[in-house]
Amino acid sequence: MEIHTLSVLVEDKPGVLARVSGLFSRRGFNITSLAVGPTEQPGVSRMTIVVAVEDLPLEQVTKQLNKLVNVIKIVELEPATSVQRELLLVKVRADAGMRSSVLEAVQLFRAKVVDVAPEALTIEATGTADKLNALLRMLEPYGVREMVQSGMVAVGRGPRSITAASVR
Amino acid sequence: MTTATPRSGPVPGPPGPKPAPPPGRPGPTVSGAPPAGPFPAAEPMTGAQSLVRSLEEIGCEVVFGIPGGAILPAYDPLLDSTKVRHVLVRHEQGAGHAATGYAQATGKVGVCMATSGPGATNLITPLADAHMDSVPIVAITGQVAGPLIGTDAFQEADITGITMPVTKHNMLVTDAAEIPRAIVEAFHLASTGRPGPVLVDISKDALQAQTTFSWPPEMKLPGYRPTTRPHGKQIREAARMITSATRPVLYVGGGVLKAEASGELRTLAELTGIPVVTTLMARGAFPDSHPQHVGMPGMHGTVAAVAALQKADLLITLGARFDDRVTGQLDSFAPDARVVHADIDPAEISKNRRADIPIVGDCKEVITELIEAVRAEQASGTADITAWWALLDGYRETFPLGYNWPDDGSLSPQYVIERIGKIVGPDAVYTAGVGQHQMWAAQFIGYENPRSWLNSGGLGTMGYAVPAAMGAKAALPDTVVWAIDGDGCFQMTNQELATCAIEGIPIKVAVINNGNLGMVRQWQNLFYSERYSNTELGTHKHRIPDFKLLAEAMGCVGLRAESKDEVDRVIRKAMEINDQPVVIDFVVGADAQVWPMVAAGTGNNELMAARGIRPLFDGDELDAEVDQTGPLGLADPAGSADTGEED
Repeated sequence: MEIHTLSVLVEDKPGVLARVSGLFSRRGFNITSLAVGPTEQPGVSRMTIVVAVEDLPLEQVTKQLNKLVNVIKIVELEPATSVQRELLLVKVRADAGMRSSVLEAVQLFRAKVVDVAPEALTIEATGTADKLNALLRMLEPYGVREMVQSGMVAVGRGPRSITAASVR
Repeated sequence: MTTATPRSGPVPGPPGPKPAPPPGRPGPTVSGAPPAGPFPAAEPMTGAQSLVRSLEEIGCEVVFGIPGGAILPAYDPLLDSTKVRHVLVRHEQGAGHAATGYAQATGKVGVCMATSGPGATNLITPLADAHMDSVPIVAITGQVAGPLIGTDAFQEADITGITMPVTKHNMLVTDAAEIPRAIVEAFHLASTGRPGPVLVDISKDALQAQTTFSWPPEMKLPGYRPTTRPHGKQIREAARMITSATRPVLYVGGGVLKAEASGELRTLAELTGIPVVTTLMARGAFPDSHPQHVGMPGMHGTVAAVAALQKADLLITLGARFDDRVTGQLDSFAPDARVVHADIDPAEISKNRRADIPIVGDCKEVITELIEAVRAEQASGTADITAWWALLDGYRETFPLGYNWPDDGSLSPQYVIERIGKIVGPDAVYTAGVGQHQMWAAQFIGYENPRSWLNSGGLGTMGYAVPAAMGAKAALPDTVVWAIDGDGCFQMTNQELATCAIEGIPIKVAVINNGNLGMVRQWQNLFYSERYSNTELGTHKHRIPDFKLLAEAMGCVGLRAESKDEVDRVIRKAMEINDQPVVIDFVVGADAQVWPMVAAGTGNNELMAARGIRPLFDGDELDAEVDQTGPLGLADPAGSADTGEED
């Protein structure tokens, strides 16, 4: 199945997330990742929803989403014409003997160390899912003690804005 | 019979789908709201008073409901309202279906009211029912006071959370100042676009708080812009297909009724001469007596209507949604047909069957524009459909709707329903429950007018008939309203007979009493080796309950007919009584079955005209085959257990 990224502008109202996620589960779609946050427009939030689904059912779920009264606009973002990013925080075992090789991997991936303890480092990295997976593969041999990952956020390339025309 | 108001004329009040008003322009589009001055005066009052005022301003005439703790503040000003009548029902489910019956009979928004917790949860079935059948109703529920929300307070239920999947929209109001806007938005959402139920949950403290009232409030619905004007290019493409098809059929659904487009449909049908089928939700959208009407399609449709879809080269689908009860197995449905699909809901188009020409728009506008476009196309000639008509006429003549009298000498349920239709006539409103009696009422009563047949098509809600009839009769007091019910369905909601008796809503109820959950029994007969598990209700064997006595206990007139010669007499007797509800216990045979039938999980080509008789749809020649292979010539189909709860 294909991976699709939907940017959904919604009214910032209680229950909107439940409406959207409920719709996906009710119609039998699995959400791969979901991120919500405010936009430059007061009262408007933006969801980035990643789903693995064929084209035809995607059209159906998009139409159903559009019927939600609190949904203002839906745009599908193609990987080629958008910037797509995830955030990873990972706590890796790194005693004095291993620390320098862990730090080398961190530098290679242009990640950052955000916390240091005698036995562990906490690393912050952003990027596409592929890049973060590659980093994780590098770190796994040292021992991943804990990790947390955000949903993907994405924005179209170029000067155009999807919020400008749709929000009044 | 008594005088009845024809319902073909325009209905006052909030009309069918309408475009959303341009943004920034204040005011509801629903009728009843007086033209607003530039600066409407703000009157001080409580939230509860502003709720009742909002209902009055928006033109709400009747509220069906039951008070309770959280909604109590709203009931106090309701007592003083001279514009809004409150009908005190006996169960909230009755309130919900009554609102639906009111809305389906008139096209106006039906309103029901309940308290928090169990009052609100009792509304879920009617909300789901109205959602599936796109009926404009507004449910107003009380909620526990704002500070108590989320604390598992007494009679607290997260009703907005619970009803999300079964409403078009819902909202929780905890600020008194927001109540008028919530009501205007709820009525607008319910009645425009694809109609549907909207729930407004109001916390008790918001009802009690002091606020100011000004009318009309401004709606804030930036994400709601239903498309009602069809695309001109699509209309012209559709017109070209319509005039060039040699086996076209107008596949008409409930959307035509909701758009009040029956007149336009008739013009289009007569302009083109194309055969018309009306789905269960569209019975009455096109007169049954019209020579171009070939019947209801689907699982229990006429052979001619099913054949019309299966053998068509073009489906002109108007406000219908390719429901599984119409299509049977999707991959063998209408295999040679191209599809023009017009619907106000874009999500219905290409959901089940891919549309060649998708048209998003209100059916009234779509059909009006199609008429113009077809006229223009006809100037350059139309395809000949006489061979098509000859084929369909052959099916009509060979396989008309019919029934046999039971071998055991008992009363035929089909005969009873047929006689009700004949004696009562097409100017009445008929409601039905769900099951065999519903199918027979759809088959054997002739519908001539829109909004004269109300039933639960999508959800299949047993118990719909009595409360829906109550709602319809409350809306149209001068119209005769008959509920055709089953003995199973009737026992689910007959408590509303007490409401009807006390509130002066004289409906007539025909209980088609076969002593069983008849449709389930039919499936057990056909597909479960005649093992009748838990379908006998004892209304024959033990006469428990005795429906005649039950009716009398509820303040109604109780009648009974057990033989053919009593049928006309009791129907006429019921028609003479206009000051009390009437219940007739028709004791009918238990073994009557609904035919024709497409068994669930099979394709429409497997349609059985009657037990063991299968019209052959394979070739163009008209033929029938008598099956010797089994009770139905069918293996037990995999999908045969999906009757759900049917009476």
